[in-house]
Amino acid sequence: MIEGKRQQDMETSRYTGLQRKIILLTLLVSLAPLIVLGATIYYQFAGMYRAKITQQITYRSRGLAQAVELFLKERTAILCSMADTHHFNEMIDEANLSRIFEIMNSRAGAFVDLGVIDGNGRHLAYIGPYDLKGLNYYQQPWFGEVMAKGVYISDVYMGYRRLPHFIIAVRRQEKSHSWILRATIDSGVFEGIVKAAQVGKTGDAFIVNKSGVYQTQPRFEGRILTKSKLETSSFGGGTTGVEKKNSEEKQILFAGTWINHGKWLVVIRQGVTEEMTGLFSTRNMEIAIVLSGILAIILMTVFTTRMTISRLRAADVKAGEMNAQLMQSDKLAALGKMAAGIAHEINNPLQVIVEKTGWMQDLLNEEELQQSKNIDEFRTSINKIEEHVERARKVVHGMLGFARKMEPHMEDVDINAVINQTIDLLGNYARINNITITSELSPDVPIIAADGAQLQQVFMNLVSNAIDAIGKDGRIDIKSRRMGPQIHIEVSDNGPGIPEEKQKRIFDPFFTTKETGKGTGLGLWVTHNIVEKMGGAVNMRSEEGKGTTFTVRIPIVIPEKK
Amino acid sequence: MDTMHYFRVLVVDDEKDFLETIVKRLDKRGIGTEGALNGEKALELMREKRFDVVLLDIKMPGGMDGIETLREMKKIAPLTEVILLTGHASVESSIEGMKLGAFDYLLKPVKLEDLVTKLAQAFEKKEGQDQKIRSAKIKELMRFPGRVFQQEKEEEK
Repeated sequence: MIEGKRQQDMETSRYTGLQRKIILLTLLVSLAPLIVLGATIYYQFAGMYRAKITQQITYRSRGLAQAVELFLKERTAILCSMADTHHFNEMIDEANLSRIFEIMNSRAGAFVDLGVIDGNGRHLAYIGPYDLKGLNYYQQPWFGEVMAKGVYISDVYMGYRRLPHFIIAVRRQEKSHSWILRATIDSGVFEGIVKAAQVGKTGDAFIVNKSGVYQTQPRFEGRILTKSKLETSSFGGGTTGVEKKNSEEKQILFAGTWINHGKWLVVIRQGVTEEMTGLFSTRNMEIAIVLSGILAIILMTVFTTRMTISRLRAADVKAGEMNAQLMQSDKLAALGKMAAGIAHEINNPLQVIVEKTGWMQDLLNEEELQQSKNIDEFRTSINKIEEHVERARKVVHGMLGFARKMEPHMEDVDINAVINQTIDLLGNYARINNITITSELSPDVPIIAADGAQLQQVFMNLVSNAIDAIGKDGRIDIKSRRMGPQIHIEVSDNGPGIPEEKQKRIFDPFFTTKETGKGTGLGLWVTHNIVEKMGGAVNMRSEEGKGTTFTVRIPIVIPEKK
Repeated sequence: MDTMHYFRVLVVDDEKDFLETIVKRLDKRGIGTEGALNGEKALELMREKRFDVVLLDIKMPGGMDGIETLREMKKIAPLTEVILLTGHASVESSIEGMKLGAFDYLLKPVKLEDLVTKLAQAFEKKEGQDQKIRSAKIKELMRFPGRVFQQEKEEEK
């Protein structure tokens, strides 16, 4: 029993191991692509989104740059056209200059002052709030530049009234000498353009010069004309996107476009987090979908594997049972052949013994031996020999009891009638031992073609075994009923039952639970053989202390019509 | 022919110890018995003498087997009854034997009393058959007395 339990445990662990393996493999195979796909989509999406944002702010930066550049060009162009359309002499006349200044302001605006400087750097005429007339700019670096290049735009500086300004100066070449028209521009005007690009919660736009000094007021960190933390060298030609992390470890994207001949950098700054909220919600959705997919796969895998394993287990149990049954009938068939062979070999010598002792008995009856002193001893011995030969004969004939009737004699048999007959035959024996036999025979049981004598033997064996098993005081129930193509007959007793270790052997020949000499151990073997020969089966179910039930299943063979 | 004997029996069995003893015991009970250890010997004896009943072991190793012997016996003496004796339950050969005209079959070991009873039954049957044949012949002879000679001729064969 303990061994059986251990074996059962081993089998359970074998199935559990198999189950675990299948689940792990299935999960690995089905989850790996899902996770890889999920991760790829996750990062790809993030990359794409970032690229899109970068592109977007790059566009914004370029657009803003164009607007600012346009503003500068416009001012420069007005200044140029004024210089080109007027002679030096006209310009140094301050009344004239004032008129021109007014025209310029009315057409374009944002001009703070206007001045004329000759080729030697002297400020000859000036219209504006500062008293700049008479100053010499010859030593100023911008003077050299404008003389060399024709156009000069300064960085922003804080001018009068504490407003940011910058200068545009253009050169007019008139015959042999050249002069300069110089204007101060209120950069507050183009600051307005820049500020319009400061969108969203974290969006910023500003202009820095080459050394990173703010030319416009940024929205967040820093002030105009102070140095920004921006590395202008990290912005190349055209428009460049740069990613940075600020002190709070937040990612910030910058896009910068160089304008004003590479002197100024128009920068769009955008916090990533704000722009990414769309991405984040998409990401969360993706993660949720992947996670629920994983959960579904895990649940499904575990569920289907469990189901498969339990089916497999059931099939194994069934196959095992069938195997055991097959082995049982193979064993019984082999034993049957052996028994028939042994029977033959024993019967011949038994026959000789019978004849020899018979002959001795014949001779003992002769006159001259009657006087012998030991005549009675001889007689007794001979009787004993005969008695034991008879015993041996019974065993051997019992073995052959089935074999001798191998060729069944087919007739129309009413199984219920055969059962009733059996009860009649054994009723007396049962009553003596105070055993009640009850029967519950279904009228549906049809007449079949079978060997009545053999069936009689089957029921006799089962019922008399039941009586012997009970011993005294008990009950036997016999039931018959039709079950599809078979007739089932149950013989149940409420005897002591058969111990489990003996149950496997009860159909073996010479296996008996009865006392030595009382049973041959052939009854159930013969029963089994007869029923199997009919194409049926005998099963036994026994529980110690509760009783035993034998079930005989006989196929219904409809008798031929005569 | 010993008039003491009720009827004559031939026992065929390859088991010498059995054969010798059964012959002696049947003889003692007034049944004229002879024994043969194999089929050939048995057929030889049957050609020489008349037996009422033959007790034949179905399974004999070597030489003719029981069924073969039985077939030959029925050719020699169709009216002689044959009881088959078998050491095991070879139903097939027993049934074949019955089809070939054997009277019955017995399973070894057999008690002498049972054997004698069976022999007597076989003899009775044979006697009955003989009786019928005899009365048929008598009737025939009464109708056609001339056939007496014909009958004798047949018997000479």
